[in-house]
Amino acid sequence: MDEIFGVPIQAFMGQLMLGLVNGSFYALLSLGLAVIFGMLNIVNFAHGALYMVGAFFAWMLLNYAGINYWMALVLVPLAVGLIGVLIEKFLLQWLQGLDHLYGLLLTFGLALMLEGAFREAYGSSGLPYELPEVFRGAFDLGFMFLPKYRAWVVVAALVVCLLTWYVIEKTKLGAYLRAGTENPNLVKAFGINVPLMVTLTYAFGVGLAGLAGAMAAPIYQVSPLMGSNIIIIVFAVVVIGGMGSILGSIVTGLALGLIEGLSKVFYAEISTTVVFIIMAIVLMVRPAGLFGREK
Amino acid sequence: MSRTALTFWVLLAAGLAAPFVGYPIFLMKVLCFALFASAFNLLIGFTGLLSFGHAMFFGFAAYVSGHAAKVWGLTPELAILAGTASAAGIGAVTGWLAVRRQGIYFAMVTLALAQMVYFICVQAPFTYAEDGIQSIPRGSLFGVVDLSGDRTMYYLVFAVFMLGLLGIYRIIHSPFGQVLKSIRENEARALSLGYDVDRYKLVAFILSATLAGLAGATKSLAFGLATLTDVSWQMSGEVVLMTLLGGMGTIFGPALGAAIIVTMQNYLSGLGPMVTIIMGATFVACVLLFRRGIVGELEYRLGRKSGG
Repeated sequence: MDEIFGVPIQAFMGQLMLGLVNGSFYALLSLGLAVIFGMLNIVNFAHGALYMVGAFFAWMLLNYAGINYWMALVLVPLAVGLIGVLIEKFLLQWLQGLDHLYGLLLTFGLALMLEGAFREAYGSSGLPYELPEVFRGAFDLGFMFLPKYRAWVVVAALVVCLLTWYVIEKTKLGAYLRAGTENPNLVKAFGINVPLMVTLTYAFGVGLAGLAGAMAAPIYQVSPLMGSNIIIIVFAVVVIGGMGSILGSIVTGLALGLIEGLSKVFYAEISTTVVFIIMAIVLMVRPAGLFGREK
Repeated sequence: MSRTALTFWVLLAAGLAAPFVGYPIFLMKVLCFALFASAFNLLIGFTGLLSFGHAMFFGFAAYVSGHAAKVWGLTPELAILAGTASAAGIGAVTGWLAVRRQGIYFAMVTLALAQMVYFICVQAPFTYAEDGIQSIPRGSLFGVVDLSGDRTMYYLVFAVFMLGLLGIYRIIHSPFGQVLKSIRENEARALSLGYDVDRYKLVAFILSATLAGLAGATKSLAFGLATLTDVSWQMSGEVVLMTLLGGMGTIFGPALGAAIIVTMQNYLSGLGPMVTIIMGATFVACVLLFRRGIVGELEYRLGRKSGG
């Protein structure tokens, strides 16, 4: 058997794998968006830009300081998270009690500034990030070659996503968070430092975006435009899945990546729009989203 | 009331005199974007819906009117009409989908749908992808008035702009407009009073899309060019910024905001990505420091309620 639905199995599995990799990034980003939205009631438009910043930080660490991929995986989320702390403390803080729309507009402005700054410094063309030695080559699975790095990205992203889900749904800290989402004043009355929690939540959310960026650096070209390209798709993912459920956003992200990959095999013209078409269908059939509860 | 009327007359006089002072090409650009922003404002300012995808109407209408004038050889008024009608059509479909979600989701849905239209434009043969439709002929209005002179074309654009603005003024001061404002202020209450809120939103959405299309269709004839820039998400962002800067929910604010942004882009175009940074910073400053916008702030200082 070397064909599947009339498509060579190698090409089929290759696209499926690439779809899964894309889906992992969608999952990481939409998870961060959902966590931030739950706590701050802000749709973080700067999420894509911070993912781009994460990729650039990884590239800078390697090329300016010779700091390798593994260290970057630790340092980049911390650095992006720190930027998140600054954004939350100095900008988003002022928007409390205002319409949600202002949060979107403010973070949109931030996204433009970040993208413009990196275009100014590095131009619009992409920079290559050299793959670490360990990840060169592929596993031979008999029916396909599985590039090692892609396998790593999917596994690592899944682990991070599930860990986040576990922390939020099953631990005491997560319980505080969920309670803070429901009723911040009551949680404050119990003596919990809610403003600090809000800041750290935002930092954590954008830290995830930074991590995704660092993991994406060796796969895609590191480019100032990579953030805006992905954020709109992630928004569609979030509309499809609804932001109410952590697990929902992980599953939706992965599934849509897969569908996008499959569409490249069977009908390539539709691959750029398939996510939006699915969004339109979901809006028709289940307006609140697949896992949605409207907030 | 009288102040609004006065402003209209001043605008009319200034608009008629303008091409004798400034460059008609630049003025046409300002007017097209001013109409675009005013159309967008009908939705955000008077209905409270933030569309983050208005470029799809502006840009797609530009393609259709360009195609109609160049390939089908239609006269300019028919080409503009065709472009505007196409925007109304897209508005009906996307609006029907988007009004199913509220608030922040509405913005994300419109953004995503606009991105879909963008990718369709990238692939569709009649848009010529990266090149866009170039050297679109202006033709003769009603087959009689030759529009190839910049000043003549300017007066057509100015007429379209004034009619569009008066139309918007008429809409928001009609009983229909009052219902829209009530939806903006308190959607649940409007619903409980028996108004079919979703239908009102949809009609407002289609009207806004149609007027945005009118602006785009006129623009592609005035400049002989329709490109992917006009349908891109950056364009959707720009129109939000124009409206926010000028004043959401004011009659003249979006037009003023458009004039400022277009002027800024004109003078700073040599700076490249710096322009994006400045626009982003303007966004942040507007949201943090003056959410009423310039005209909104003026009206507030003069002790009038916004909304005219």
